[in-house]
Amino acid sequence: MQTPATAVLQGRALACTRGERTLFDGLDLDLQGGEALRIGGDNGAGKTTLLRILCGLSTPNAGTVSWGGVAIGTMREDFCRQLTYIGHLSGIKDDLSACENLLLSLRLTGKTIERKAAYSALAQMGLDEQADLPTRVLSQGQKKRVALTRLLFSDPTPLWILDEPFAALDQAAQQQLTAIMNRHLDDNGMLIYSTHQEITLSAKNTITLMLREPC
Amino acid sequence: MLNLFLCVLQRDLLLAMRRRSDVFVSLSFFIMVVMLFPLGVGPEPEQLKNIAAGILWVAALLSSTLALNRIFAADYADGTLEQMMLAPEPISIMVLAKVLAHWLVTGLPLVLLSPLLALQFGLPGEAIGVLFFSLLVGTPVLSLIGAIGAALTLGLRGGGVLVSILVLPLTIPVLIFGAGAVSASVSGMEVAGHLQLLGGLLAGSLALTPWVIGAGLRISVE
Repeated sequence: MQTPATAVLQGRALACTRGERTLFDGLDLDLQGGEALRIGGDNGAGKTTLLRILCGLSTPNAGTVSWGGVAIGTMREDFCRQLTYIGHLSGIKDDLSACENLLLSLRLTGKTIERKAAYSALAQMGLDEQADLPTRVLSQGQKKRVALTRLLFSDPTPLWILDEPFAALDQAAQQQLTAIMNRHLDDNGMLIYSTHQEITLSAKNTITLMLREPC
Repeated sequence: MLNLFLCVLQRDLLLAMRRRSDVFVSLSFFIMVVMLFPLGVGPEPEQLKNIAAGILWVAALLSSTLALNRIFAADYADGTLEQMMLAPEPISIMVLAKVLAHWLVTGLPLVLLSPLLALQFGLPGEAIGVLFFSLLVGTPVLSLIGAIGAALTLGLRGGGVLVSILVLPLTIPVLIFGAGAVSASVSGMEVAGHLQLLGGLLAGSLALTPWVIGAGLRISVE
């Protein structure tokens, strides 16, 4: 997978306030192919808000996010085609089985895959026995795995934005996710994630951005 | 674009099939309200015939608002709405598919059942036909306008009641022309004008509301 040279995510002078509180102000960030951006910070520091701004779900109070030099607000659909976002809420339907959830969430992004491919991907994530169960009987961690299974199919989206991807996962699943993230970075993909854990990735360049309580 | 439309439509119908009880709530409410009127007003056939149009239409209106906050609420709560808003297609396509699915599940059964309930009021055959047709054209408008309210009140506490208060005034034209068509038919007058206006409302809301609903969703998801 080749990411075009212009495909660079850029944030300029981003600011966000919630009520009276300033979460961040004058925040600049740049991301290129093969780079990872880790967003850290205390609870309530604005990690999720920043991630939602970067994927265009929220608008910042000031500043712009641009992709390849174009503001994402003016090219929403083209930008969304480049993006895989897995948020805080897993986007998993309780009434559907794990397999149905995977097929539908991929179809929403315009990818149609075979049922067989879905089963083998779920098996890879250690969910072979749960693939046909309604997800409401699965544990929190298993649901998270169902949501993350999408990542196995998400090329050629160069940009991944993952909000707390390691939360609720056990040791084995965390290692597996790290491997998936590394593969994405080796393919010159871009990764933005928030976490409280220390994880070593194989990125050319890992930028850590700590959001702090502003004084 | 069509792929996204079909995907969302199929998904919502599948989810409705998994949760059939939700479907029956608004339908049973409709039946119940319509059934109660003859008991309360009294059995004089002439009187019932005169009020039938209004009762059936108001009952349809109320039962369609009853189900409104379900259009987006579940998807909002589990994060699937965010994923849909990030789909690489216009949001209005997704919105249109969701509203159509909602209408197929809550509006269409009510339309199909209405001739049976109209018999109870002793409506003549021709008026029953007009009622059926006016509901067929009018209930999608109710769903489309209602979805605006549902999108705007997403995630608010007590959103359900608020939706009704927001939406009901906007649906008055639909009620006037819908019930007007049936009344005109009962009293032997021309109904085409009413039905054409209803058709115009449907065409107008089909063209305009998806954008408004999409904008409402953006505000709510943020």
